[in-house]
Amino acid sequence: MRWLSRSYLALVYLLLYVPIVVLVVFSFNDSRTGYNWGGLSLRWYESLFNNHAMVQAMWNSLWLALTAATVSTMIGALTAVALHRYRFRGKRVLNGMLFVVMMSPEIVLAISLLGLFLLLGLKLGYVSLLLAHVTFCLPFVVITVLARLAGFDERLPEAARDLGASDFTMTRTVLIPVIMPALMAGWLLGFTLSMDDVVVSTFVSGPSYEILPLRIYSMVRVGLKPEVNALGTLLLVFSLVMLMVSQWILSRSKQ
Amino acid sequence: MNRTLLSLSGISKQFDGKTVLDELSLTIDDGEFITLLGPSGCGKTTLLRMMAGFELPDRGTVTLSGADITQTLPEHRPLNTVFQNYALFSHMSVFDNVAYGLKMEKRPKAEIRERVEEALAMVQLEDFARRKPHQLSGGQQQRVAIARAVVKRPKMLLLDEPLSALDYKLRRTMQVELKRLQRELGITFVFVTHDQEEALSMSDRIVVLKDGHIQQLGTPREVYERPANVFTARFVGQTNFFPGRVTRVEDGRISVDVFGLNRELSKPSFRVVMNQTLHVLLRPEDIRVLAPDDTEGVAGKIVERNYKGSTLDSVIELEDGSHVMASEFFDEDDPTFDYSIGERVRVSWVDGWEWLLAEEGDEPLTDEEELAADDAEH
Repeated sequence: MRWLSRSYLALVYLLLYVPIVVLVVFSFNDSRTGYNWGGLSLRWYESLFNNHAMVQAMWNSLWLALTAATVSTMIGALTAVALHRYRFRGKRVLNGMLFVVMMSPEIVLAISLLGLFLLLGLKLGYVSLLLAHVTFCLPFVVITVLARLAGFDERLPEAARDLGASDFTMTRTVLIPVIMPALMAGWLLGFTLSMDDVVVSTFVSGPSYEILPLRIYSMVRVGLKPEVNALGTLLLVFSLVMLMVSQWILSRSKQ
Repeated sequence: MNRTLLSLSGISKQFDGKTVLDELSLTIDDGEFITLLGPSGCGKTTLLRMMAGFELPDRGTVTLSGADITQTLPEHRPLNTVFQNYALFSHMSVFDNVAYGLKMEKRPKAEIRERVEEALAMVQLEDFARRKPHQLSGGQQQRVAIARAVVKRPKMLLLDEPLSALDYKLRRTMQVELKRLQRELGITFVFVTHDQEEALSMSDRIVVLKDGHIQQLGTPREVYERPANVFTARFVGQTNFFPGRVTRVEDGRISVDVFGLNRELSKPSFRVVMNQTLHVLLRPEDIRVLAPDDTEGVAGKIVERNYKGSTLDSVIELEDGSHVMASEFFDEDDPTFDYSIGERVRVSWVDGWEWLLAEEGDEPLTDEEELAADDAEH
């Protein structure tokens, strides 16, 4: 029984990680074809960085993810605080609508955003991408921050006010530090969502602003190039670092 | 000497159509330890929050040292609160928690350090300044909350059931501690509790609240020994309610029939007429349990005994089925003093230790009415 459960576990992890390991290994493969091993090499990394369009797309994606995550964290945090703190007409509707955005198929969101942008006459590019990415990141931030606020002691803001803090000072010195881990978690979530979004981006991006996921997508349509393996490895390292940073922040805030 | 510090007049408050405070008026003197006592939902916490500024009254005014502060924001009131679950800022050290209020006043750094250290020394937490709140025990967190509130030298300290989260022993220690602090600081304390024992042992005055009305306002002694109504008598301490019937009314004295015993009692402050029924109140410690062959008292039998260490508490069932609680101190001369269940005894009390209450619905007499009643009897 024991070996059975162990090998089952091993199988699950094998299926999860084999593709990733293959990708990493083959990114160092000297051979031009992706099926046989031709010795260790960094040539695909080299050609990746010499590919100007690719590097530009990478920077575009990074900048887009950074700004989209920041904007959605700011709006989302304010929304969450309002939903948590105040009682107002239409609060339930507002809350429910966030879930609608989160649960609705991405393709629906993509089509409707494209329709909206065309209607408004907005030129497709960075701005349209940013608006779209903020839209689908927002509910995730709101929900993360709301979860943190649910465990928030209502007496804390009162204690701060009681000790002489204005509402603004209380927010700065008590509320924000307490929900900081949720803000960071929400930001990281938004960043990752934005970084690897294909569906919505396909619809709302224009030729003036090419982003990484779309670039990769168009590259593999004409055949798997070893360069993509190198790029995938870099992205993997990047997400691992981000994950470690977020874990470190969380563990520090718990102390 | 008894300068009024804070006064509430005609305070009413409703939450979702439910009246929490109803036309309530109260004045608090400078330097006193006053306790708001009542069951949950009586409005005591709302009243305290109104003093702090977290709730605004629907009607009525709050004045502090003569100035109207009814609409003043909490941050501008020179009062500080110790919250029920301490409400410490978990992301700050103990030092920063205590320093928070002084930082808000923009005090110079050196002064902040000095005053925070002084406040922490006062609650014996000098060595814990660098810790975070979650690294402290419940009692220590409580002390930090107190230090944080008193460091601003408020005119008044509001304490919202500050000891309810502590265990019994720690609660006793903190009660003594709080009294000491109040003496040393000379600040007015407004203390909210539902624990009548705590209220009796700590307060200069007690406000007994129920359904948003003040039931009684008096010293612990007054509230315990001379409760104003049945609610106060039941809520504060344990009480035996004996049914009495007036058999004779004279100037200053009345005769009351209790369980067939005819007792001569001094006349109470409310209107008494012949054959009226009233409550004769006796605390368990006022009850005398006598031997079955005694000539005095009412016959009964022990149905419950409870050894309490310093006292022996028993419940005696009288022949008419009513129960009497008695609490007796151990007699040094009689080491075998004890009862067994079912033992036959007689129950009595010392004349003058009883307290009379009209049956509910009867209003206490005003002075004029009392004079009129006296005249009618002559």
